[in-house]
Amino acid sequence: MPEQPIARPDSRETVSLYLVGVVLLVVLPLLNVLPADDSWLHLSDFRLNQFGKFLAFAILALGLDLIWGYCGVLSMGQGVFFGFGAYCMGMYLALQIGAESVYGSELPDFMVWTQVKELPLFWYPFKSFIGGFLGAILVPVLFATIFGFLAFRSRIKGVYFAIITQALAFAAWLVFNRNETRLGGTNGLTDFKQLLGYRLSDPSTQRGLYIITVLALGAAYLFCRWIVASRAGKVLIAIRDSESRVTFSGYTPWMYKLFVFVVSAGLAGLAGMLYVPQVGIITPAQIGVLPSLEVVIWVAVGGRGTLIGAVLGAVAVNYGRSVLTNYFPEAWPFILGGLFVVVVTMFPDGLLGMIRKVTARKQTPAPVIKAEGRTAA
Amino acid sequence: MTDGDLILNCENVVMDYDGFKALNNCNFSVHYNELRVVIGPNGAGKTTLLDVICGKTRPTSGKILFGKGINLVGKNAEDITKLGVGRKFQAPSVYGNLSVWQNLDLSVKRASKGVFPTLMGRSSTAERARIEETLETIGLSNHAHDRAGSLSHGQKQWLEIGMVILQDPSLLLVDEPVAGMSDKETEQTGRLLTSLSEKQAIVVIEHDMDFVRQIAKIVTVLAEGTVICEGTVEAVQADDHVREIYLGRAKVAH
Repeated sequence: MPEQPIARPDSRETVSLYLVGVVLLVVLPLLNVLPADDSWLHLSDFRLNQFGKFLAFAILALGLDLIWGYCGVLSMGQGVFFGFGAYCMGMYLALQIGAESVYGSELPDFMVWTQVKELPLFWYPFKSFIGGFLGAILVPVLFATIFGFLAFRSRIKGVYFAIITQALAFAAWLVFNRNETRLGGTNGLTDFKQLLGYRLSDPSTQRGLYIITVLALGAAYLFCRWIVASRAGKVLIAIRDSESRVTFSGYTPWMYKLFVFVVSAGLAGLAGMLYVPQVGIITPAQIGVLPSLEVVIWVAVGGRGTLIGAVLGAVAVNYGRSVLTNYFPEAWPFILGGLFVVVVTMFPDGLLGMIRKVTARKQTPAPVIKAEGRTAA
Repeated sequence: MTDGDLILNCENVVMDYDGFKALNNCNFSVHYNELRVVIGPNGAGKTTLLDVICGKTRPTSGKILFGKGINLVGKNAEDITKLGVGRKFQAPSVYGNLSVWQNLDLSVKRASKGVFPTLMGRSSTAERARIEETLETIGLSNHAHDRAGSLSHGQKQWLEIGMVILQDPSLLLVDEPVAGMSDKETEQTGRLLTSLSEKQAIVVIEHDMDFVRQIAKIVTVLAEGTVICEGTVEAVQADDHVREIYLGRAKVAH
């Protein structure tokens, strides 16, 4: 692994972050509400909602950056944890449809057409919002704990870990696709109507969800910052640099890996939970191998091991997709793949690295020698 | 069988790599507060000896008694580190993307190195003072906040020695500390090791005979996985067997 500068936002960057936070939290919703619909300042409901979706993806990317960017463990199964979170919230939302459903049954539609007469037992906890909410976090966390324990304890590392997580993503995709899983098969869960009594079709509900997503992203970012700034965060970087040395400093690397893996799964679950009510559908297509790989691309494009880069990458790549798929729908996978290759080979520090370079040059004119040696004790 | 004042006693240690015996019934012991130098031709098993002591590899058979008779065989590296065995590797192995200070801070001996205590942990004033002191000892005070990866080779070697010192080991295993150092750096390293040996036992593997003469009181010669000779530098150099298998080659090399 090439040696990277110790990435840490300086005060200028912190100020910019606050500004971005204010824009996301206050300015964008106001632009949605205040200007008249035909004003150039107006931000449409569609755009705001779409942005909410990108920000949910950013939470997912934060988790991957923690484990991959900092600890050097590439997980190609983050989509699974995202899916767990999304399905848990989706099950709650599906049960909230009630008699409004197409068949007028209390059961979700897919159960009616697959001839399920009674609600399966594992659906019961999701009758309440608390069940959906807790499930969306705890199911991925528990699953990651068990899976991670088995993998990291057996000292599965590097490429091997990446491959088994990819296999996990594939297996999860197969399981969720089956009608017998009682999760809606290929069609997934959709046609949601309300959340805690608020109509999901109502723009104000979507605005609320957007604001909650911004707050959740802010909290997730601060939480990750806290971990990274702690001594344990330094152990993560130490593991990436020289895992065997860490052992001889008295730490047990696999426990640290398990810890970040579980945290990343929890964040992915949170992201999935926020995604579902904003997008209105969750299907197995969102949780397989490809969506899991895309997360890796977002983080690589944004800049690994920086946290901010993960957020930036998630938003930029997804925005790019929404624009470009309008014009060249078929070309998108090639653009995405090409982007990945270009970034990895030519800009290993990603978008954030480029921004830092450009702003550093502007700020400090002549004798700048060691801008990147900047660290804190 | 064991003297009361032995900190380390390896008995009949065998390390068998698919038929190649890197260590072959090796018996090796070290006293408290001793500075011991281990020499031997390439492939003699010197590094393997340190590896089996610190838990990097598990010996095929034999006993390794440490301190008050604790057998280290079968324990993992983290636990052996906690018992008080510190290891400095041959190739400088520091955390390149952390600062010098952070490298040292991670190495400080602490009650628990579990995830949550480490997550919540803050350095105490006493710990900070110790890190400052160690920085002084290893001559890196001016580089405390530099990225460890940007240090010179010799500085990395010292940093790693500092990291090991902060673990408070009662036994320090040092593998070729002066490889690639200038004469001046070599001499400083010699003084550093000598002063450390007042408080802890140190085993140093070394090739550089000038350096061995500078620091060694007792030298152990290892060849083909066994100790063949032990004694003062002069005695060892006078030994015919040693001349034949080791110094003979060394002369050729010079």
